[in-house]
Amino acid sequence: MPDKRYVMDSKGLERALVRIAHEIIEKNKGIEDIVILGIPTRGVYLARRLNDILKTAEGFEIPVGSLDATLYRDDIGFKEEQPILKETNIPVSIDNKKVIIVDDVFFTGRTIRAAMNVIMDFGRPASIQLAVLVDRGHRELPIRPDYVGKNIPTSMQEDVKVHLVETDGVEEVLVEEK
Amino acid sequence: MKLNRKDILSIEDLTKEEIELVLKTAESFKEVSERDIKKVPTLRGKTIINLFYEPSTRTRTSFEIAAKRMSADAINISASSSSVVKGETLKDTAKNLEAMNPDCIVLRHSFSGAPHILAGLVKCSVINAGDGCHEHPSQALLDMLTVKEKLGRIEGLKIAIIGDILHSRVARSNIYGFTKLGAEVRAAGLPTMMPCRIEQMGCRVFYNMEDAIKDSDVIMMLRIQLERQNAALFPTVREYSKLFGLDSKKLEMAKKDVIILHPGPINRGVEISSDVADGRSSLILDQVTNGVAVRMALFYLLLGREL
Amino acid sequence: MSKLLIKGGHVVDPANGIDGIFDVYCVDGKIVEITHHASRITHNDCTVIDATGLHVFPGFIDMHTHLREPGYEYKEDIRTGTMAAAAGGFTSVACMANTDPVNDNSSVTRYILKKAQEEGIVNVFPVGAVSKGLKGEILAEISDLKDAGCVAISDDGKPVSDSRLMRLALEYSKPFNLPVISHCEDLTLAGDGVMNEGFISTKLGLKGIPNAAEDIMVARDIALAELTHGKLHIAHVSASGSVELIRNAKSRGVNVTAEVTPHHFTLTDECVTGYNTNAKMNPPLRSISDIEALKQGLKHGTIDVIATDHAPQNADEKDVEFDKAANGVVGLETAFSLSLKLVSDGLISLSVLIEKISLNPSRILGLDKKGSLKVGNDADITIVDLNKEWFVDVNKLKSKSKNTPFENWKMKGKVVKTIVGGKVVYEG
Repeated sequence: MPDKRYVMDSKGLERALVRIAHEIIEKNKGIEDIVILGIPTRGVYLARRLNDILKTAEGFEIPVGSLDATLYRDDIGFKEEQPILKETNIPVSIDNKKVIIVDDVFFTGRTIRAAMNVIMDFGRPASIQLAVLVDRGHRELPIRPDYVGKNIPTSMQEDVKVHLVETDGVEEVLVEEK
Repeated sequence: MKLNRKDILSIEDLTKEEIELVLKTAESFKEVSERDIKKVPTLRGKTIINLFYEPSTRTRTSFEIAAKRMSADAINISASSSSVVKGETLKDTAKNLEAMNPDCIVLRHSFSGAPHILAGLVKCSVINAGDGCHEHPSQALLDMLTVKEKLGRIEGLKIAIIGDILHSRVARSNIYGFTKLGAEVRAAGLPTMMPCRIEQMGCRVFYNMEDAIKDSDVIMMLRIQLERQNAALFPTVREYSKLFGLDSKKLEMAKKDVIILHPGPINRGVEISSDVADGRSSLILDQVTNGVAVRMALFYLLLGREL
Repeated sequence: MSKLLIKGGHVVDPANGIDGIFDVYCVDGKIVEITHHASRITHNDCTVIDATGLHVFPGFIDMHTHLREPGYEYKEDIRTGTMAAAAGGFTSVACMANTDPVNDNSSVTRYILKKAQEEGIVNVFPVGAVSKGLKGEILAEISDLKDAGCVAISDDGKPVSDSRLMRLALEYSKPFNLPVISHCEDLTLAGDGVMNEGFISTKLGLKGIPNAAEDIMVARDIALAELTHGKLHIAHVSASGSVELIRNAKSRGVNVTAEVTPHHFTLTDECVTGYNTNAKMNPPLRSISDIEALKQGLKHGTIDVIATDHAPQNADEKDVEFDKAANGVVGLETAFSLSLKLVSDGLISLSVLIEKISLNPSRILGLDKKGSLKVGNDADITIVDLNKEWFVDVNKLKSKSKNTPFENWKMKGKVVKTIVGGKVVYEG
């Protein structure tokens, strides 16, 4: 049985999302012109929850979509197995929009690099921002998140697991030995 | 789940799981073709050669567009403009292309088994884009994708394939493919168009079109190869058309919600009437759209493999 | 005087009903004595071969070989072809006429015989063409061919499609007592087929040749043999229907004989799977039920001869798309081992096998001094270790071409020595 430590429970997770939502409102002075794009799989659910919180706070809905950056990854052909493609659904034109990318765990930065390239191929947003539930460190690219739920310093021998009700039936964040 | 193979030579070779993986991947790729910028950098720096020994517009264009949308460099070679006309053998052509380090060769050839030979000669991936009367795997995959997309499933469906089964690589690939995914395949045509012991492939044979289409969910019309009419498998086009051409009258005998496929190019008024080809049951153009997605999926799944 | 004594071998000579341990004594290339008491032969200058534990047979005779010379020396020539023959235990081969130029006139026959005398290491008996240029239009000079040394006539490689010409050939050859060897194929039915018509051809998308393409011509040729009382020999029978037709004809007393090749009674069309061009030949490999019929034909005497149809093809002619690949397999060096399997499987006796591979060909071709170890016959002898196992290594084949479907096959029964005219020409 590998070592596990719980770093967030459902309450903590909820609080982090509420805080991120308010930071988004504060930083963008409202939520006009914002489009939220989640990175599948869990980023999409986090994006929807953020939208729910924003709607409660501001009174209207903003477009939420999903963004699979697989085809823009830099490790295609390096692995024996190709990653399975997931849905990309960008519901509105992103030209001149403030696009917020949402992901569960922020690690090397390579996925976000690929995601930014996808967005650039879809149009010319006014800005791109990044919201993550967990920042575990070990960046390999000069990318910094705008909104962080929790900073969790980890070693390379550890994995960060985010479990959501929608996908896993429970709400928790835990760190495991690989 | 992975597609751990160098080449795609036939549907016969593929497992049910592999076919499902290709279809699932292709579904995701459809969205890329709907973007404003229909190009992803996935296969940047990869070289794909379309080597076509037989004339083809649709299949060659489809492979080329698929390669380009994946950012691969696609080079087209057709037999009429290559050293084939100077008498170079397939083996020498293969060795010369190999020396230029392509990542994939897409081969269309009039002789059955040519892709099999090519695959044995080169290190890169080989995709069979139709060989003789053998197989046309990417066509069958796009047909399966079209059916799955429209009817939501393949298992349990009845698929009627109508026409010159004897000379049809599309029929062979589809019989294998749909059967593997749990559909019942019916091959219908004149007895002169039925290859020896075709039923051993797992399909039912019909010599009467009405019986074949009566309760089918899908009708797949095959092209009558008018250019190969020297074989004279039937006396006249008129008589063939009367027996096995799909027109609105015959269509009345089929299920109301039947869907119609045709690998193209169609001979209007021969195997299919214009009103049916252009009617609401026809998915002929969806097939073309899905062709690009399927070929993108094949490139993606093959070229990611570690060599 | 050159003397040769083969001591202590198990001699099988069906013509003389010999099947037991004997010594064979040869002088100046002729059989002089077969005896239990070789100790009486005490000539000092006698070469002695100890054949203890080995089998001694009358030299094998292949009545269907393509030596390819003149014209196609890049595939095979008389030297390499006869070396392959010797390695397979064949002391005589009958070579087909489809050379370039075609062996349709006595000068080509004489050329072949001259080359065979100079470079060949086993006996070569040319088969002349039925028609000039194998075109199937007018008869070749059959009398002249006979005088020059031809032992049969055949357009092999192609059928004689014109029924009237076939009738003429069967009639015209009668006074010369030459068999007409017929390649039975209805070309209109075979069309551009490249393999047996069956599920495998359907699966591979290759055009098929139905059994009927052979059966029709066998039936026609039998009818013509009945009409003309000519001497008909059916080459390379592959289809079960043909076996039945020949069996019926024989029971009616028609003068017809038939041969089968080892590949046709060993392999099925499954071998073509993977577009294996070394499994492409004409007639094509058939089904398992055809194999069974061929075996029964051998067992019951419907099929008289096992012949190789040794057809060397250059690698470049095989290393192409299946449709474009040349027909044919090399067979001289694998024929005996494959045939011996019929004995070990209990289908035929060793003695019957020797009839099919030596005695019967000599009778059909009229080779009086061959096919048996009778006193006074030519000392053409094959010595075999029936228990020795070996693997087919294409690089070790003596033939110039390597087109065999039996690569890496484990074989049982190996030729140890091949003796032609009292001289050892091959030692395994």
